[in-house]
Amino acid sequence: MKKLITATFVSLGLAAAAQAQDAGGRLDIVVQPEPPSLMLGLVSNGPTQLVAGDIYESLLRYDTDLNPQPSLAKSWEISEGGLTYTFHLRDGVKWHDGAPFTAADVVFSADVFLRKTHARLRVSLEHVDSITAPDDLTVVFQLKEPFGPFIGVFEAGTMPMVPEHIYKDTDFANNPANNTPIGTGPFKFDKWEKGSYIHLVKNEDYYLDGQPYLDEIYYRVIPDAAARAVAFENGDVNVLPGGSIENWDVARLIKMDNVCSTGKGWEYFAPHALAWLNNREGPTSHKEFRQALMYAIDREFVKDVIWNGYGTVATGPISSRTKFYSDDVNHYDYNPDKARALLKQMGYDGTPVRILPLPYGETWKRWGEAMKQNLEEVGVSVDMVASDVAGWNQKLGDWDYDIAFTYMYQYGDPALGVARNYLASNIAKGSPWNNVEGYANPELDAKWAAAAIEPDVAKRQTLYDEIQSEIVEDVPVAWLLEIEFPTIYRCDVKDLVTTAIGVNDGARDAWIEK
Amino acid sequence: MTRFARNRGALLGLLILICVVLLAVFAPLLFPDSPWKMVQRPFLPPLAVEGMPLGTDTLGRNVAAGLVYGARVSLIVGLVSTAVALLIGIPLGALAGFYGGWIDEGAMRFTEFFQTIPSFALAIVLVAILEPHLTSITLAIAIVSWPPVARLVRAEVLSLRRREFVDAARLAGLSNMRILFGHILPNAMSPIIVMASLMVATAILLESSLSFLGLGDPNIMSWGYMIGAARTVIRTAWWLSFIPGVAILLTVLALNLIGEGLNDALNPRLARKGR
Repeated sequence: MKKLITATFVSLGLAAAAQAQDAGGRLDIVVQPEPPSLMLGLVSNGPTQLVAGDIYESLLRYDTDLNPQPSLAKSWEISEGGLTYTFHLRDGVKWHDGAPFTAADVVFSADVFLRKTHARLRVSLEHVDSITAPDDLTVVFQLKEPFGPFIGVFEAGTMPMVPEHIYKDTDFANNPANNTPIGTGPFKFDKWEKGSYIHLVKNEDYYLDGQPYLDEIYYRVIPDAAARAVAFENGDVNVLPGGSIENWDVARLIKMDNVCSTGKGWEYFAPHALAWLNNREGPTSHKEFRQALMYAIDREFVKDVIWNGYGTVATGPISSRTKFYSDDVNHYDYNPDKARALLKQMGYDGTPVRILPLPYGETWKRWGEAMKQNLEEVGVSVDMVASDVAGWNQKLGDWDYDIAFTYMYQYGDPALGVARNYLASNIAKGSPWNNVEGYANPELDAKWAAAAIEPDVAKRQTLYDEIQSEIVEDVPVAWLLEIEFPTIYRCDVKDLVTTAIGVNDGARDAWIEK
Repeated sequence: MTRFARNRGALLGLLILICVVLLAVFAPLLFPDSPWKMVQRPFLPPLAVEGMPLGTDTLGRNVAAGLVYGARVSLIVGLVSTAVALLIGIPLGALAGFYGGWIDEGAMRFTEFFQTIPSFALAIVLVAILEPHLTSITLAIAIVSWPPVARLVRAEVLSLRRREFVDAARLAGLSNMRILFGHILPNAMSPIIVMASLMVATAILLESSLSFLGLGDPNIMSWGYMIGAARTVIRTAWWLSFIPGVAILLTVLALNLIGEGLNDALNPRLARKGR
């Protein structure tokens, strides 16, 4: 039997049209901090993705269970064996300047532009042999070997489509068009008043009938967290994307009338908070110490008190919201006595360890203090190190730390966003995002590699189950919390968060109830 | 002494200061646990639970313990940084005032160099460069506080060195150094003492401001830290900022009252009328 995975949807817009949407109105969304640029192919930090996710599109979108959905591609097939990905593009799609969007643009974006500019996509493209366009509406990705996560890279922030007719044979980074981004998305760039707002207007020629429903979006730049909360309270903005206000304000705002919130819309990123533990030197180089640390810290307390009950205590390297998660691992529940016993067994001599909190605001400072206190209670002496963002980057890049807080995005698949932190081949100074802890386990390295290219889903699951069970025993890093950043919005805003990247590309389907 | 005692404000200041000092000294007896220890539910208002007279903060830490341990930090930073500032400012100002000429020119241009930079901005830069630590914070505060001392001492010495007793000392064959440090400076002490008491107050404010901005020593519970940490929850738990704020206010006020009392006591001729 030929196994052909086919997905055909007439139109998501029609599928979701169970309820009549009201057209018109505008959204005011907080963007924090102000993005450095809106050219999603060149810059892919959070604020840029938030704004530009409505300007640029990719071939697919993902629902909140990470299932692929049509976007610029109306249907697609994956060949048996997982080597050929064929995408059928939507007919009649136009760029914001009126030029037609064709398969040539897809080939240019993936094979030329992003290969040069997008570090994260480049890693996935290593598995790709060729990208071709047999006709104007068909694109074929031919892989060198099966690469299961590949169906997950067609997200707007990972593979944004950029116009070939504007960028071909130019200096991408210095093209003047970067200031007036041209995409295919439901909203067009209108105006950027630096330090104040970014204004997008409805794309009247958008290929979905009647969509987008909204007339315009203002992304407002408000540098102070308390001022952002106030702006929402007095109605200046009607959407606070996840993480834009301090947790303590979240608890207060969601109790107000006519305020709704959702924890969905982060599944693609699945932010996973962890503490790097320096595996090379100091007390943290001992496995018993690292296990003791896991038992010593009260993660439930942190979740309830510092994160107001949002999130889930992490059990291991893979988030429960990411594919191939396994719960069948040792659970390090809060147990100070066990921690003391492990420290004794190891012969801990009182050498102080340094804690470097993430310099991202009060929440993370409190978290560092709570961990310090937890560790001191089991007899570990702790020095808290203060630093700013630049100092934090430098210290991690130089491996000059004992325990350091961070959080990492998982991008839906362990091969895309998890393995990078544990592979010995990813030990390199200078980056705070690779295998910073210095964990080297050749046996697991082989399993991570095998799992990435295993075409059979069940076998992948088995491999990842083994990896999780073994690595959790080693505690290369301290997994803390699957962070949930609630999106807070006025209840008359409907259908804003319907995808795995939430507000980033949510404006296409969003509408305001009259 | 009696003149000081006649000033009611100064007595009140002294009383407050003694209380603060006693609390700071006996902190470990009053609260044997670390002020960082999470002991109760977070966000308890004052007097809600027995044993937590001032409530608990965002992590359930005892605010009263934090306040008492914070007093230690404030007093230590205030006193030490003032002492260091005096050690820099007095000799420099004295030499400049006594010798005049190019020494005076050089010392005063050097002083002006520090005075032209806003002191708080300079303190922030210094702490940021040296990494926040109790020593670096104390040092930074000392470095930004000595210029006024130098100028004051110079002015005092300038006026004193033309007095007859200096001429007499010179005729007696005393060395310049003995004249300066043995005869002139002791006579200039009263304005310096008054200024020093006010400097302690300023130093406490500076330390609190630095901690408030997150540039405090992260291992030490201080009043500024308490306010800074509570700032984000001021809408839901105002007392967390209010209580340490009152502590700073009272301590600084006490030091100012004492300074004024000392001023009146040491310069009786300048005492204002109507008192």
